[in-house]
This record gives sequence, C-alpha cells and structure tokens, in this order.
Amino acid sequence: MINIYEVNETNKMVEQENLDVRTITMGISLLDCCDENLEKLNEKIYEKITRLAKNLVSTGEAISKEFGIPIVNKRISVTPIALVGGSACHSPEDFVTIAQTLDRAAKTVGVNFLGGYSALVSKGMTQADRNLILSIPKALATTERVCSSVNVGSTKTGLDMDAIKLMGEIVKQTAEETKEQDSLGCAKLVVFCNAPDDNPFMAGAFHGVTEADVIINVGVSGPGVVKTALEQVRGENFEVLCETVKRTAFKVTRVGQLVAQEASARLGVPFGIVDLSLAPTPAVGDSVAEILEEMGLESVGAPGTTAALALLNDQVKKGGVMASSYVGGLSGAFIPVSEDQGMIDAVVRNALTIEKLEAMTCVCSVGLDMIAIPGDTPASTISGIIADEAAIGMINQKTTAVRLIPVIGKGVGETVEFGGLLGYAPIMPVNPFSCEAFVNRGGRIPAPIHSFKN
Amino acid sequence: MQKTIITVVGKDTVGIIAKVCTYLAENQVNILDISQTIVQEYFNMMMIVDANNSAKATGELADDLDALGQEIGVKIRCQREEIFEKMHRI
Repeated sequence: MINIYEVNETNKMVEQENLDVRTITMGISLLDCCDENLEKLNEKIYEKITRLAKNLVSTGEAISKEFGIPIVNKRISVTPIALVGGSACHSPEDFVTIAQTLDRAAKTVGVNFLGGYSALVSKGMTQADRNLILSIPKALATTERVCSSVNVGSTKTGLDMDAIKLMGEIVKQTAEETKEQDSLGCAKLVVFCNAPDDNPFMAGAFHGVTEADVIINVGVSGPGVVKTALEQVRGENFEVLCETVKRTAFKVTRVGQLVAQEASARLGVPFGIVDLSLAPTPAVGDSVAEILEEMGLESVGAPGTTAALALLNDQVKKGGVMASSYVGGLSGAFIPVSEDQGMIDAVVRNALTIEKLEAMTCVCSVGLDMIAIPGDTPASTISGIIADEAAIGMINQKTTAVRLIPVIGKGVGETVEFGGLLGYAPIMPVNPFSCEAFVNRGGRIPAPIHSFKN
Repeated sequence: MQKTIITVVGKDTVGIIAKVCTYLAENQVNILDISQTIVQEYFNMMMIVDANNSAKATGELADDLDALGQEIGVKIRCQREEIFEKMHRI
C-alpha cells in the first residue's frame, strides 16, 4: 500500500516543484466539414468543434481537482485549414473568415488556444496552401486564440525553399500587423520541418490527416521536478545523473498517462499519445536552463551545454517511454527563450547566442523558439534562419521549428513583454551578413541521401 | 475498491484528527488506515479512506476538506489514490 513518504513526495512535486500536466489537447478532424460554400463550411466547423469539445474544459478541471494535480491548459487542434478550406476559399480573405470562426469556437468552449491554422507544404504549395499562408498575418492579427503553423520541409521530401522564402516575409508581416502588441502575432506562428501529426503543444499543434476523427493528447511538464532531483546528486558521476533523470521522467510521465486515460474515458474520446516534453514556464524553478546549470554549467550557453542537453533529452525519453503506453508529439526538452527564466538570464549575461541555441536544437526538441530579434531584421535573413533550422531537421530526421519574433520598433538591448506563459525576452542580435541571393534562388532543396551517415 | 488519500499538513494543534474524522463520519467515509508523524512541531497525517458510500463526489469532499483545513489552520488535501499508485508503483 502507498505510504506517507510517497504521498508527501508527490505532493511536494506539485506544491514546490511546479509539477503539472501542461495541456490536454483534443484533436478534431475537420475533413468532414469540407464544403464549397464558405458560409456553410464555417457553420459546420463551428458546430463540430463546439459539439465535441463542449465538456473539455470542465472535464479537465474535474480531473485536476480529484487527483490534486494542476492541468494548466485545455486546448484544441484541428486539421490543417489549408486542406479543409481548399474548395471554399478563393482568396486569403476567405481563409481569414475561417480563422475568425475558429477563434469564436475556442472562446465558446473556453480553451485558451486552438491550433491548426496550418499548411503542409514540404514539397510544394497548392493555391489553397498559398492563400492560407498569405492570410496568416491578418488571421493572427484579428483573432486572439488561433495558432498557426506551416511545415516547410521533411526528411523524405527535402525543403520547399519557395515556402521558406515566403515564410520569412509572412513572419515580418505578422510582426508588422501586431506591432501595437510588441509583434505578439509571431508568438502564435511556427515554421516546422518534419512536423508531427499528434503534437499537443502550442503554437505548433495541428490534427494530422493520419489521425482518427477525435483524440485526446496530453503534454506533461516538470522541469522543476527534474532540477530538484538533480540537486540531490551533485558531484555524482554520469551514471547516477542519468538514472536520476530517467527515474524522475518516469514519475512525471505516469501522471500524464493517468490524466490522459481518465480524460479519454470521461469524454468518450480515444486516447492518442502522451508528449514527454519538459516544457518550462517563466515561473521561478520551472526552467530547463536551470537543469543544465544544475548538471554543472556556470551558465547555459557555456561549452558543454549541447552535451548536457543531449543527455537530458535522451534520459527523459528513456524514462518516459516506459511510463506511457503511447508516446508521441514532440517529446523532448523545449528551449524557448522567453518562456524560461534561466534562458532569459543567460541571454542577458551574454552567455547564450542564437548560434548556440541553433546547435542545441540539433539534440533536443524542438527548435529556435520564442526568440525576440530586432524589428528591422530583413525577411530574407529570417528565411535564412528558417532554412538553417529546417536543414538540421531534414538531415537528422527530427522535428525542428522556428518561432522568431521580429519586434517592430525595437532593437538589441531592449526587452519585450508578452505576458502570461509566453513570458518576456531580451532582443537578441542576429548575424548582420546577408543571405538574400541564396534565399531568392527559388525552388527546392532535394531530399537527403539516407546512407553514408557522417 | 476505489480508495482516496487524505493528507493533513500544518502546525500542530488540539483536535485536528477529531475534526477531520467527524467530518468523514458525517459523510459516510470509512477510514482504512492512518499514519501520522510530527516533524519539528509540524503535524503530518495521511489517511487512506473508502469514500464509495459517501453521497459526495471526490471533488466535493476535496472542496469541503480544503475549507475545513482553512478553518483549523492546516492544509488538507483529498486525492484519488491512483495518482500515487501510478507514480510510485510499476
């Protein structure tokens, strides 16, 4: 039987170490809503989301209370809208009406974000894909809870450089459209390579076409729990360090598995996956950077950071996989800058640069995340950064992503405040040399060879 | 049988167990096991209870006990056992 020490350990994780279930995300397929008539399409989308997700928030709250574990977010992901709106939307403006419908549905059911205003263009763009991408700045500026993502490459198809060029411009326009709010729109826009179909985390969540009609995906968290566990093994060797991370990840993930099964049973919706990601928040003691520093780095960004992160990411997976029957999504450690106090501190003390962050993304999920850059960064430079990151994903057969915020009207040395879970960020310098001629070539980078791995 | 775990943590004072047990008896909650320690004047108790015959759902019991805890000046949590079972047992 459970003893008092075990009970106290669990409750201490919740009360003092920020253990929580980060999100219950309901994935909803909108493929059966397709219609040539835009008005009808919007009606069907609103009806389906509000019908299926009606009890999502209340169920999440009930589970949270009964088990005594915070469930921070309840969210929805939908089929990439470029596919759903293809026959009804003939212009970017038509797509914006769908974004507004999604926003309205999200508000009705009470979820704080809805993802899937997306296009999958890893090899090429249809007219619908292009229209959706062109509508993103307006869509994100006129909605509050809609999140957008575009998949511009994959290991199987290579990189769609036309889409990457376009996305550099779209990120800039989105920043411009939302400049009154420190370019907040860009915090809701992710550019992916190898995007997963079952990711529960925003802003990149969408419900892939390979998925069932409705599913429940759960994202766990718990950087604070891992950090506290590591405090107990200071100075021990790597074997002890790795075992400790693994054990802790197991415990954290078990909570996610329990919540996922419970939510699935109560909502009558099949359980999809648990995403093992260590997701930081700006709260003190909820930082991935602090875990790396606890391992023995003076500051995140110091030599050794990539190795420490690789170790962390791998051990989290090893512990987590055993704790859950189905693992999916992004599953790794997130390294967003603005959402992690330790990362912010490292940037402020000049220990961490975009280039080091890029190296770190080679060994963890997901990518260059929530990084504020000067508002006057050229679109082609943003495209170049996206291309670099996508190339890492393509070659290494992993998911990578870019969520950059060019803050209009601000430059290096200034700070931008997004509020809530999105946190705040010092604006980081970007390499000033141009890649315009490279980005402007047009076309595709072919799929990589899967042999001669060096 | 679905079990529920009640934990009480706070500064030790007269009648904590009495008040919690009275509430549980009034709500047809059966106590299966109690363990209790005092660490540096801090009262620390865990009860394993059977709340299946109670008219109240776990969520309501949790709310009531939380309010009772605030009255006595201690923190009372009421959680379904599975969260601990899942985390600490394979």
